[in-house]
Amino acid sequence: MTKSPTPMRREWLLLGIIVLLALAVGARAPVFLTWRNALDIGNDSAILAILVMGQMLVLLTRGVDLSVASNLALTGMLCALAAKAWPALPLPVLVLMACAIGAGLGFVNGFLIMRFQLPAIVVTLGTMSAYRGAIFVASGGAWVNDHQVHPAIKGLPRDTLFGLPMLIWCAAAVVVLALVLLRWRREGRELYALGGNPSAALYAGIPVSRRLVMAYTLCGALAGLAGLLWVGRYSIAFTELAAGYELTVIAACVIGGVSIGGGVGTVSGAVLGVLFIGVINGALPVIQVSPFWQQAIAGAVILVSVVLNARADRSRGRQILERPAAALQGASA
Amino acid sequence: MKALDTWERVLLALIVAVYVGFGTGIDGFLSPYAVADSTYNVSEKALIALAMALLVVAGEIDLSIAATMALASLAMGFAMKAGAPLPVMLAVAAATGAACGALNGWLVTRWKLPSIVVTIGTLSLYRGLAQVVLGDQAITGYPETLSTWGNGSVGDVIGVPWLIVPIEFAVLLVAALAVGLFLHRTVHGRRLYAIGANPVASRFSGIAVDRYRFGLFVFAGLMAALAAVLLTGRIGSTRPNLAMGWELDAVTIVILGGVAIEGGRGSIVGTVLAAVLLGSFTFALGMLNVSGIVMSMIVGALLIGAMVLPRGVRHLRTRFA
Amino acid sequence: MTAAAPTPWLSLRGIHKRFGPTHALRGLYLDLVPGEALALIGENGAGKSTLVKTLTGVHAPDDGEILVEGRPCRFPRACDAQAAGIVAVHQETVMFEELTAAENIFIGRQPMRGMGPFRWIDWGRMNREAQAALDRVGAGFAATTPVRHLSLAQRHLIEIARALSQDARVVILDEPTAALSQQEIREFYGLVRGLKAQGVAVLFITHKFDEVFAVCDRYVVLRDGASVGQGAIADADEPSLVKLMAGRAIEHVYPPIADRRGDVVMRVAGLSHPTEFADVGFELRRGEILGFYGLIGAGRSEAMLALMGLKPDARGDVTVGGRRLDIRQPADAITAGLAYVPEERQRQGGILGFSVRHNISLAGLAGRGRCETPLSRGHWLSPAREERFAAGLIERLRIRTADQHTPLSGLSGGNQQKVVIAKWLGLNPRIVILDEPTKGIDVGAKQAVYQLIAEMVEQGLAVILVSSELPEVMHLAHRVVVMKRGRAVAEFARGEADAEMLVAAASGLSLPPREEAPAPVFQYRTELAA
Repeated sequence: MTKSPTPMRREWLLLGIIVLLALAVGARAPVFLTWRNALDIGNDSAILAILVMGQMLVLLTRGVDLSVASNLALTGMLCALAAKAWPALPLPVLVLMACAIGAGLGFVNGFLIMRFQLPAIVVTLGTMSAYRGAIFVASGGAWVNDHQVHPAIKGLPRDTLFGLPMLIWCAAAVVVLALVLLRWRREGRELYALGGNPSAALYAGIPVSRRLVMAYTLCGALAGLAGLLWVGRYSIAFTELAAGYELTVIAACVIGGVSIGGGVGTVSGAVLGVLFIGVINGALPVIQVSPFWQQAIAGAVILVSVVLNARADRSRGRQILERPAAALQGASA
Repeated sequence: MKALDTWERVLLALIVAVYVGFGTGIDGFLSPYAVADSTYNVSEKALIALAMALLVVAGEIDLSIAATMALASLAMGFAMKAGAPLPVMLAVAAATGAACGALNGWLVTRWKLPSIVVTIGTLSLYRGLAQVVLGDQAITGYPETLSTWGNGSVGDVIGVPWLIVPIEFAVLLVAALAVGLFLHRTVHGRRLYAIGANPVASRFSGIAVDRYRFGLFVFAGLMAALAAVLLTGRIGSTRPNLAMGWELDAVTIVILGGVAIEGGRGSIVGTVLAAVLLGSFTFALGMLNVSGIVMSMIVGALLIGAMVLPRGVRHLRTRFA
Repeated sequence: MTAAAPTPWLSLRGIHKRFGPTHALRGLYLDLVPGEALALIGENGAGKSTLVKTLTGVHAPDDGEILVEGRPCRFPRACDAQAAGIVAVHQETVMFEELTAAENIFIGRQPMRGMGPFRWIDWGRMNREAQAALDRVGAGFAATTPVRHLSLAQRHLIEIARALSQDARVVILDEPTAALSQQEIREFYGLVRGLKAQGVAVLFITHKFDEVFAVCDRYVVLRDGASVGQGAIADADEPSLVKLMAGRAIEHVYPPIADRRGDVVMRVAGLSHPTEFADVGFELRRGEILGFYGLIGAGRSEAMLALMGLKPDARGDVTVGGRRLDIRQPADAITAGLAYVPEERQRQGGILGFSVRHNISLAGLAGRGRCETPLSRGHWLSPAREERFAAGLIERLRIRTADQHTPLSGLSGGNQQKVVIAKWLGLNPRIVILDEPTKGIDVGAKQAVYQLIAEMVEQGLAVILVSSELPEVMHLAHRVVVMKRGRAVAEFARGEADAEMLVAAASGLSLPPREEAPAPVFQYRTELAA
C-alpha cells in the first residue's frame, strides 16, 4: 500500500506556510504582525470559518453545496426584514430564525439529492440561483441599509466577551461543535464512512439517507447563522450579497485538505485553510495589491492545492514486488 | 435526421406551449421581429451549451466557460486598443479561449483531477484576472463590423431585406449542425459516449481517452471565444462581469436538453431545443418586465424540475406498475 | 455419531431466486449447525454468490423460507441479517480505507459514554475492545492502524474480528484464502477451528479441495442453483465431489487442444515495472496457448496490461512478428496485433449501457486493427457495416441475445464475456490475451469459452491465458509460466509438472524430492528463479 502523507504532517506543513507567509508580509509591513491586525483577520475569517465547517460536512459525504452563499444572503435578508418589521423581536429569536431558515433551505438540497438520487452539484447550482432570486422577490429589489438594520443584529458580531468580539466566539463555538460531531459522535464518524465507501456504508447498516440530509441541513443552518452575522457585521442586506462567496468557501476547504472525493478531511485542516485565505486576504491591502486580485488568487490557490494533493495521493500501483529498489538490478530506478 | 425521442418531443411540445401561451397573452410576441429578437440572448448561450454538452456526454464539466468568455473578450479588446485589424482581434480571442481551455484540459488529464474542482478553480482565476486587468473600467469602441455580427441579420449582409434571421442565430444553427454531426454521426462522437459511459473500458479498447478530453476542453475554450466575440459585438463593450453566471445557464440548457450529468447519454437536438425553449421563455418573461434576478431564479427552479421530473415519473411508474 | 443430528441454527428451505430469465437458485435446502463447518462447493456460476447474498439479506428470495432457530425470518435490509447474527467475509473486503481497524470493527455501533443527548464515543474502550478481538484472531497489528495501510490478509482478519465481536452465529467465508500465502492459510485454518470451538456455524465456500478436507465437517455441492449432493466429509473423496460439481467427468469439459505450434510470433524480455513486476520474459508461438498461473496479486494482469500499453511506467523489449515494438498506448498494441480481454468484464471489458452492437464495434472503428471488412466509412459511422460486422461475430461466437440493440447489461455473464471476446476477435489479432476469462460464468458458458480458445489456436492465433484456476491452465495450456510476487519463477511444458508443483511454485514452497515421476499432465523441467 502507498503511504500518502498523513493528515497531521500535511497540516503542520500548511501551518508552516501560513506562518512564513505572515512573516514575509510582516517584514514588508510590520503593521501586519500586530494584535489589532490579527483581530481584523480573525473577524474577517470568522464567517468563512462557520461556512467552511458546514461545507466540510457536505464534502465529506462526497457532495458539494454551491448554494451556501445564496442561502446566507437570503436568510440574512429575511432576518433583516423581519427585524425591520417587528423591532421588538429579541436577538435569540432572530438567531434561531436564521438557523431555522438556513436549515430549511439546506434541507431542500438534501431532500432533492437523497430522494431523487440527483447529483449534488447540479441540484445546488439550481438552488443557488433559486434562492438568490428569492431574495429579490422578498425584498422587492430594495436594500436594507445601515440605519434600517436592527441594532441587535448589528451589535451581535461586535459585542465583546473577554476582549474578543462575539463574532470570533461564534466561530470558535461552531468549530468546537464541528469537532465534537466529527470526532465524538457516531453521526459524524458515519459521514466519513459514507463518503469513503458509499456501498459499504449501506452494508454496515449506516442510515445513509438520514446522514446525507443531516449534512446538508446542518450546512444550511450554519449558512443561515453566517447570514445573520454578515448582515450584522457589514450593516447591509441586498440581493447580490456574498455573490460568488461559495467558491471561497470551497477553496478554503480544499486547501485545508478536505477532499472533493469524500471521506477525507479534518476540522483542524479546514481551520488552517480558513486561516490561509484570511492571511492572504489580509495581506493584499497591506502589500498594496488591489482587492481585485482576491478572486484570481483564490482560484490559483485552489488549483495549486488540488494539484499538490493529487501528487501526494497518487498511488503508483500496488507494491507487488517484494524488495523494490534493491531487486531491480539494471532497471531504471 | 434521426427521429426525436420522447424527451425531445416533450421539449418541442413545451416550446409550442410557450409560444401559444405567451403569444395569446402578450401583444406582438408572435411577430417575426419578436421571434428574431428572442434568439439573440440564447444564441450565445447555446454556443457554449453545445461545447458543454460534448463535455458532459464525455463525463466532464466546465464551469469556467463563461469566465473564459470574459478573458477572450478582454484579449480582443486589448488587441483592438493596440490597433490590430479585425482578423487579428479574432485570432487573439480564439487563442485566449483555446489557452484557457488548454489549461483546464492539462490539469484534468495530466494530474487526473476531477473537472469540477479544476473548473471551479479556473473560473475564479479567469474571472479574477479579468477583474484585475479591467477593474471598474470597460473597453468600448469596437469596429462596426462586430456590431453588425452581433445585432444584424443575415438579410442585411447578403442584401435580402426580408431575411431577418439574426446572424447570431445563423451561426448557432451552423455550429449546432456541425457539432450534431460530429457527435451523432462520427466515430469520435461514438467514442465520446463510450468515454462518458465507462472511461476504463474505453481506454482498454484503445480509445485515447485523455486526448479526447483535452480536445474537448480546448473546443470549449474556442466556443467561448466565438460566443464572446458575438456578445461583445452585440453589447458593444467588455466588462469584467461579461457573461457572469452563464455557466449556470449552459449547464441548465444541457441538462434540460436531456444530457445525463453522469455522462454517456444525450443528444444535440435536445440541447438545441432546450436552448430555444429557455430562450423563448426568458424572452417572454422579459417582455413582461420580470427582472433578471427573478429570471435566474426561475431558471434554477427549472433546472431542478428538469432533473426531478424524469426520475419522479419513473418512480411513480414503478410504484403503480 | 448415531445420535439425532444436532439442531441447525440456520436453515434454508426450498429457496428460489430468479433474475429475469436466469433461475439462479432452484429449490435450495441447506442446514447450518453451530460448531460445524459446512463446505459449499460448486463451479463458477453454480449459484454460490447468489446464495451468500440471499443469506446476508442483499437479495430477498422469491420463494422458500429462511429459518433461524426454527423460526422463519426475513432480512429486508443487509443490516438485518447482520443483526440476526449472520456475517459474511468476502474475497474483496468491504472496508472504509480512511478509518482505523478499530473503527471498521465497530462502525455503526461504537461504544458510547455519557447520558441522554450528551453522549460521545468512548475511543479508549473501542480501541481496547477492538485490540482484544484482533488479538483473538491472531492479528499482529494495532487496532489504531488505518486500514489503507493493511494487506488483504490483514483486512480479512479485521472482518473476522468484527464478526466475532458482533456475536455472530453464522460466519460465511467466501473464498477467503485466494490471496493468502501458505503460512497465512495454515493460520487461517486455526482460525476456523477456533470459530467452530466457539459454537459458530461456518459456511466455507472454496474451490480448493485440500481446504475442504482440512477444516470442514460436511459438504454441500451446488450445481445450476440446486444442491446435488450433501454429506459428511469423512464419507467423501475428491473425485466424487468433482463428479458432483461438474455433473460429468471433468475431462469432458475441456476440448482437446492439438499441438500445431508454428513460429515464434512474440518475444518479451525484461518486462519490468517499478513496483509491480520485474524481468518478465517469454516466447510465444503461433497456435500456442501459454498459461500464466499464480496466486491472486502475483502481478500477471499487471504484466499483461503493460504489454497492452496501459502501464506508462513499464519498460521492456517486445518483439512481434520480428519487429521491435514501442508500445506507449493501447492503440499501438492493437495495431501490432495484440488483443486483451480483461479480468473484470463489467468494469474493464465492456460498456454495460451500450448495445451489443456498439460494444462489439468499439475497438475497430475508423480502421483500427485488421478487420476483414471496415466497420465505418473512415471517420463516419456506418450503421449498416456495423450491423454486418456484429452479426457475423454473434453467429461465430454463438452469442445469445434478443437482438443487436439489447444493452450489454441485459445479457448473462457468459454472453457478456462472449461479446467482449467478439470485440477483440473481430479485429483479427495475432495474439489474444485472456485474463481470467471464465471468472464468474456458468459451466455451459465456460465450456463455450474453452471451445472458442481451441478454435482460436486452430486458426493460428497465439493465446496467453492468465488464470488462477489450476484445472483450466493444466488442461488448456501448452506451456505454463508461473509468477510469484511479480516475477516469473518457473516455466513448465505440458506433461512436465502436476498440480502440486504448480501450486508450490506459485506459493514459493519447495517440495521434498520425489522418488517417482509426477502424475501426468505436467512434468517438472525448468525452474528459472526461486
